[in-house]
Amino acid sequence: MPIELKMPALSPTMEEGTLAKWLVKEGDEVKSGDLLAEIETDKATMEFEAIDEGTIAQILVAEGTDNVAVGTVIAVIAGEGEDASAAKAAPAPAAKAEPKEESVAPAPAGAASETAPAPAAAASAGAAPKAAPTDKGDRIKASPLAKRLAAERGIDLAALTGSGPGGRIVKADLEGAPAGVAAPAPAAAAAPASAPAPTPTQPFTTDIPHSAEKLSNMRKTIARRLTESKQQVPHIYLTVDVQLDKLLKLRGELNGALEPQGVKLSVNDLLIKALAKALIQVPKCNVSFAGDQLISYERADISVAVSVPAGLITPIIVGADEKSVSKISTEMKELAGRAKEGKLQPHEYQGGTASLSNMGMFGIKQFEAVINPPQGMIMAIGAGEKRPYIVDDALAIATVMSATGSFDHRAIDGADGAQLMQAFKQIVENPLGLVA
Amino acid sequence: MAETSYDLIVLGSGPGGYVAAIRAAQLGLKTAIVERELLGGICLNWGCIPTKALLRSAEVYHYMQHAGAYGLKAAEISADLDAVVKRSRGVASQLNKGVAGLMKKHKIAVHMGTGKLTAPGKLEVTGDKGVETLTAKNIIVATGARARDLPFAPADGKRIWTYRHALVPTEMPKKLLVIGSGAIGIEFASFYSDMGADVTVVEMLDRLVPVEDADVSNFLEKQLKKQGMTIMTGAGVEELKATAGGVSAKIKAKDGKVESAEFSHAIVAIGIVPNTENIGLEALGVKTTKGHIDTDAMCRTNVAGLWAIGDVTAPPWLAHKAMHEAVIAAEAIAGGHPHAMDVRNIPGCTYCRPQIASVGLTEAKAKELGYEVKVGNFPFIGNGKAIALGEAEGFTKTVFDAKTGELLGAHMIGAEVTEQIQGYTIGKTAELVEDDFIGTVFPHPTLSETMHEGVLSAYGRPLHI
Repeated sequence: MPIELKMPALSPTMEEGTLAKWLVKEGDEVKSGDLLAEIETDKATMEFEAIDEGTIAQILVAEGTDNVAVGTVIAVIAGEGEDASAAKAAPAPAAKAEPKEESVAPAPAGAASETAPAPAAAASAGAAPKAAPTDKGDRIKASPLAKRLAAERGIDLAALTGSGPGGRIVKADLEGAPAGVAAPAPAAAAAPASAPAPTPTQPFTTDIPHSAEKLSNMRKTIARRLTESKQQVPHIYLTVDVQLDKLLKLRGELNGALEPQGVKLSVNDLLIKALAKALIQVPKCNVSFAGDQLISYERADISVAVSVPAGLITPIIVGADEKSVSKISTEMKELAGRAKEGKLQPHEYQGGTASLSNMGMFGIKQFEAVINPPQGMIMAIGAGEKRPYIVDDALAIATVMSATGSFDHRAIDGADGAQLMQAFKQIVENPLGLVA
Repeated sequence: MAETSYDLIVLGSGPGGYVAAIRAAQLGLKTAIVERELLGGICLNWGCIPTKALLRSAEVYHYMQHAGAYGLKAAEISADLDAVVKRSRGVASQLNKGVAGLMKKHKIAVHMGTGKLTAPGKLEVTGDKGVETLTAKNIIVATGARARDLPFAPADGKRIWTYRHALVPTEMPKKLLVIGSGAIGIEFASFYSDMGADVTVVEMLDRLVPVEDADVSNFLEKQLKKQGMTIMTGAGVEELKATAGGVSAKIKAKDGKVESAEFSHAIVAIGIVPNTENIGLEALGVKTTKGHIDTDAMCRTNVAGLWAIGDVTAPPWLAHKAMHEAVIAAEAIAGGHPHAMDVRNIPGCTYCRPQIASVGLTEAKAKELGYEVKVGNFPFIGNGKAIALGEAEGFTKTVFDAKTGELLGAHMIGAEVTEQIQGYTIGKTAELVEDDFIGTVFPHPTLSETMHEGVLSAYGRPLHI
C-alpha cells in the first residue's frame, strides 16, 4: 500500500512550516533514515528523515511552499513491489486509511469523547522526524501527564528542561512555565496556541526604487517577539563600566594553558560565566514574570545572541553557573556553528533564564538590548577599549567596557537590578572566581 | 592500624544506611559503615522481615484451619509458637549475613561500635576494641528510630511489649491488648489473632489505620471484627499496669466512659522516636523538627558535609523511603544530580489479613487540597481469580484528578495487594494518565485485573460489575 508522507510537527507547538527543499525527486528509492526534505520552522531548518522504504511516487507539495500545515500529505511513497504509478494514481483511498504513526491514540471506542488526547499531544507523539542527529536524539522526553498539560495550556515542551530521570519533562517542570501568553487559564485555553498575526498586511507602496523580499520565518518570529517584548515588558536600563585588564590577562594565561587541548576562550565565554554567576548571586534577577506568579530559577541558563545570515538566534548554555569556562567555550563554538547552518533544535534555543548580547566586536561602545521574554533580563556588552581610568586615585589607562542590563521592571526592582550589575562587575574585575 | 580516612562514612546500617554505602561504593567512593548492633538494622533484624516471617506462619495456620473450604481435610492442627519464632529469627539471621556479604563484596569497611560525631567530618566509634576516630568529607546519619513508650507505662518486655518483644514471644498471649492501629499495631493484632489470641485493638483516632483512605479503614474494621477482634476507635488507654498474671488497663471509650479491663499482655505501637541522642548532633548545631533531622531534597542537613536519611528524618518512616533517600544522598555526594523524591509516590503496605496497600492521596485529602476528583472502586467479588482463591473480600480504589487525568491516589485492601501496588506506583511515578492505565493489557486471571477495573470504574466503565 502506498505510504503518505505528511508534514511533520518538529516541535509540539508547530502548526505549519515551509517546505524549504526537497532532497529527493519522484522515482527515487528511499530507505529508512534517508533524508527527504528540509523543513523550515519559525527558527530552524530541520531535515526530515524517511521512516519507511519505497519509491517516491509523487511529490505533492513543491519546494519553497510556505505555511504547509502539519499533517498535510506532502508526498507519496510506493512500497516494495508496488507500482509507483499506481500509487500515484490512487492517493485518495489511502488518505482514508489509518496512518500508522497515529496509532498512539485513543483507547477503545467507548472512551472516545472523554479520553481522546488533545491534538497537539497527538502530533508530538507522532511521526517524530529526525533533525540533525545529536547524542540525545531529538525525541522530547515528557511524561504523558506533562504532555497533556502542555497541550492544554499551550506550553511549548521543547522550551522546557526536564527534571525527571534522563531529563524527562515532568509535571513539576510545567509549573510556572509560560503559557502561550501569560493569560488567565480559560482565555489561554480558548485562544489558539500561536499568537495572532503580527500586523495586518497592507500593500506597501513607494515610488523609491526598491526590492521586496518575503520575510523568512525567522524574521517573522524576531519581529513578533521583539514587538511583544517592547510593548508588554517595561524595560529599565542600568549601565556600569567594567575594567577588563585582569580578565584579559587571565584569558591569555588560560589560553596558553588550554592550547594543547585545542580550547581557545573568547572574552564572551568568560562573560557568559560571569553573568551566570552573578544571576546565582542575585537570584532576584534570575526570574520570569508569568502573569500571576513570579518564577525564580535555581540555575542560570544563558541565551547567547548569535548573528546568523537569516537574522539572529539565541543558543543556550544550560547551567552556565556550574560549567567550566572551557566547557562553555566548546559548547558555544559548537552551538554557534550549528546556528549558522540553521541546524539548531528547538530545545537548544528555546528557554534560557537570561540573555547576553555582545556588540563589542563592532566597536559599539554601549547599547540597550531588548529583553527576550519570558526572561527577566538581558546583558548588553559594549567594546572593551583603552580609556583614561582612575586607578587608586590616579589617572591611568585601563581597558574598560560598558555593560548595560535591561530588566523587566514588573519582576525586578531597580535596586535588585543594580545589585546584579554590581555583582557582574565585581566578578569580571576579580576573574579568578570564574575558574575557581 | 585500621584505616581511618574515608570519602564517606554512613552511621547506621539499616536499609537506609547499608544501601547508601553500597551505592556510594558503586560510584567509587571509599566508604565505611558504622553499626552498634546488627548489620541490617531494625528492618531486617527486628522489623519488616521477621514480622513477615511470623505473618506467613499465621497465614499458613489460617489456611490449615480452613482447609475444608478448599475440599481438604486437616486434622489435629496446632501451632508451635517456639518453632514459628525460630523460623522468623532464622530468616532475619540469613539476611543479616547477607548484608555482611554485600558489605564485603563492595569493599565497604564495617566498624562495629557506637558512633558519635565529634566535629564536622569526624566520627568517634566506641566498640569492643576501644575507641577509633574516623574522618570523611561526608557523613550520612542513618540511625533510624525506636518504639515510642507510653509515658505512664514503659514496656517491661514481660507483660507490656513493644514490637521488639512481640517478635520473640516466649508464651502465647491469651488475651492481647494492642494499643495503636498503625501498620505495626495492626500487623501484630492480625498475627496474634490468627494464632489464636483474643485481641482488642485500641485506636485514639476515629478509625483504624488512620493514614489510609477512610473506605479502607471501615472495610478493615468490619473484617477484623468478623475475625473476632474487638475494635475500639476514638478510645484511649488511660492507665496500664503490669500485674502478677497480666496487665490491667483503664480504657476511655468513644462515649467517654472509662472501663477497666484485664489482659494477659499488651503491645504498645503508638509511634516511633528518632535515634538522635548521643550522636553529637547538638554540638554541631544540626537542625531538627520534633526530634527528626531536617533535610533538603538531596538529604543534606544544615551542616555542610552532613547528610541524613530514613526514620531519623521526616516521615513517612518506611524502609523503602530510607533506601531511596540512600541512593539520592550517595549520588549527590558522588557529584551526581539525582532527582528528588516525591513523597506522594511512596507506597505504603500493611501485612495484616486482609492486606492493605496504597500510594498517593486519599480521596478526602485530594478533596481537601481542592482537586475535583473522579473516584473508582472495584470490589474483589468481581474478580475471577479472587473467587478462585477463596479471597473475595477486598477492593481497589482509585482517585483521579478529573481535570488532568493524573492518578492522585490508589488504595487497595485484599489478598496480595502489597505485591500489586507497585503497578500504580510505577504509573504515578511516570506520570501516566487514565488513558495509559485503561490502555494497558492486564493478564487474566490475576488479582491485578482489579487495578484495571479500579481505573475503569473511576471513568464509569467497569466491565465486571
